[in-house]
Amino acid sequence: MSILVLAEHNNEILKEATKKAITAASKIASPVHVLVAGMDCANAANDAASTEGVEKVLLAENSHYKNMLSEPISELLIDLMNEYDYLVSAATTNGKNILPRVAAKLDVSQISEIINVVDGKTFQRPIYAGNAIATVESSTDKNVITIRTTAFETAKESKSTAEISSIGIEKNPGLSEFVEEKVSGGERPELTSAGTIVSGGRGMQSGDNFKLLESVADKLGAAVGASRAAVDSGFVPNEYQVGQTGKVVAPELYIAVGISGAIQHLAGMKDSKVIVAINKDEEAPIFEVADYGLVADLFDAVPDLDKELEKIQK
Amino acid sequence: MKILVPVKRVVDYNVKIRVDKETNSVDLNNVKMSINPFDEIAVEEAIRIKEGGKCDEIVVVSLGPEQSKETIRNALAMGADRGIHVKTEHSPEPLLVAKILAKIIEKEAFDLIILGKQSIDDDCNQTGQMLSALLGCSIGTYASKIEIENDSFVVTREIDGGLQTIKLAKPAVLTTDLRLNEPRYASLPNIMKAKQKTIDEVDPASLQIEMQPKVVTKKVEEPPIRIGGGKVDSIEDLVDKLKNVSGVI
Repeated sequence: MSILVLAEHNNEILKEATKKAITAASKIASPVHVLVAGMDCANAANDAASTEGVEKVLLAENSHYKNMLSEPISELLIDLMNEYDYLVSAATTNGKNILPRVAAKLDVSQISEIINVVDGKTFQRPIYAGNAIATVESSTDKNVITIRTTAFETAKESKSTAEISSIGIEKNPGLSEFVEEKVSGGERPELTSAGTIVSGGRGMQSGDNFKLLESVADKLGAAVGASRAAVDSGFVPNEYQVGQTGKVVAPELYIAVGISGAIQHLAGMKDSKVIVAINKDEEAPIFEVADYGLVADLFDAVPDLDKELEKIQK
Repeated sequence: MKILVPVKRVVDYNVKIRVDKETNSVDLNNVKMSINPFDEIAVEEAIRIKEGGKCDEIVVVSLGPEQSKETIRNALAMGADRGIHVKTEHSPEPLLVAKILAKIIEKEAFDLIILGKQSIDDDCNQTGQMLSALLGCSIGTYASKIEIENDSFVVTREIDGGLQTIKLAKPAVLTTDLRLNEPRYASLPNIMKAKQKTIDEVDPASLQIEMQPKVVTKKVEEPPIRIGGGKVDSIEDLVDKLKNVSGVI
């Protein structure tokens, strides 16, 4: 029962999300093969080849695959799936965009964002924003699955190196064209892979006030996140959003500032190792999941936290 | 140009759902139901395109029980022109929804199909992508901006690191993300007007689709509960605990 993992990479290395998907794939079936598609991405293929659990790497280098557009990548995958029983990807925006298109062409359902592998056909996944966990069973021979990355460990570096095989398949239905990409964030780590996250909610009152959180985040080497309420209020862009409809995160430390703790936000962060909540409303539901709750006005508490952290750094 | 907007009736997003251990499912009795919020954004976007003079007709389609007509009626009150109701007992899995939608589009051509990126009940995030595959057309998921050119759509998408802009050939399937727009409230005169608009009924049996699901739900459980509730008195106390007790800073 062979399994193919669609990799995401920056041409040099695999994204951590993919290494988590590789761990999940190893629990579903073997051998695990990884597809690295893109342009000038041989280094990423090398990284895949030296990841534990990977037995073979397929390298498809072509300008059509450079921006991971759904139409050409899904055509490539449909072709490759003649040889595989499973197709797996991390539930990143690329994975979620591409895999259902492949599933429909294979006439199978997709099993989205699994958090547990029961057996080769049975999986657990959250529904209703994580307020219920469904155990689902597939009845088809081929299966297409996305992985909720916070539920699986990152695959380690392997001592041996897997074979890399270049594939010359060139697919492009010509339905889509890349125009541009604007990547924000700069120096800070990405939300989904950050070890510490400082998030703000409606209590921040404005986008400008997020500077308070940025200063704390800089001292902790943390990413900055937000609740849906803060995004809806226009304080910060949508890619900051932590929650069921945004990003699902599970850092070592999650600091929620001025966030009340709506169900949909909790679904996106409740698996964090340590949760800190700062809120002036002591009835806020965020305190029910917080390990350390501080009932205080954030406009006093956050600058104080900033100063304390500065002391520690010295 | 004609736009099709599929909408789903789901548990209202403000409702805290309850798992019924006896029936092994989420208890939907006496629970407030609403249009899926991402679908509402899709309806709004179609209406804005029409108001901009670039669309002639907006058709709203919903699959589900009799009450799904109310969801269609909501969209008609917002400003859509006509409805199609495909009567099914339960809500079918995304692949079946996509197949039914593809059959409807086979009978009546659309230039643009706008869907919500996911429904907030099963959280699958699949239907739009699957529909594009069955139609063999382009797909633009997680749209935060849609511009219409002569024979193409320029779509800005919310991706993990930021924003991506792509150009898609017509016809296209697009799915909405939160920041695309803020849906309007239906005005009373428009709610009255919507009552006169047509909703055609379609029997799924007439579409000749094998309705057997490929994935079945065996069990639904409550998630494990996180025990929190710990408090600190001051920032000094907090920093001390993070450093010396939890060891995370």
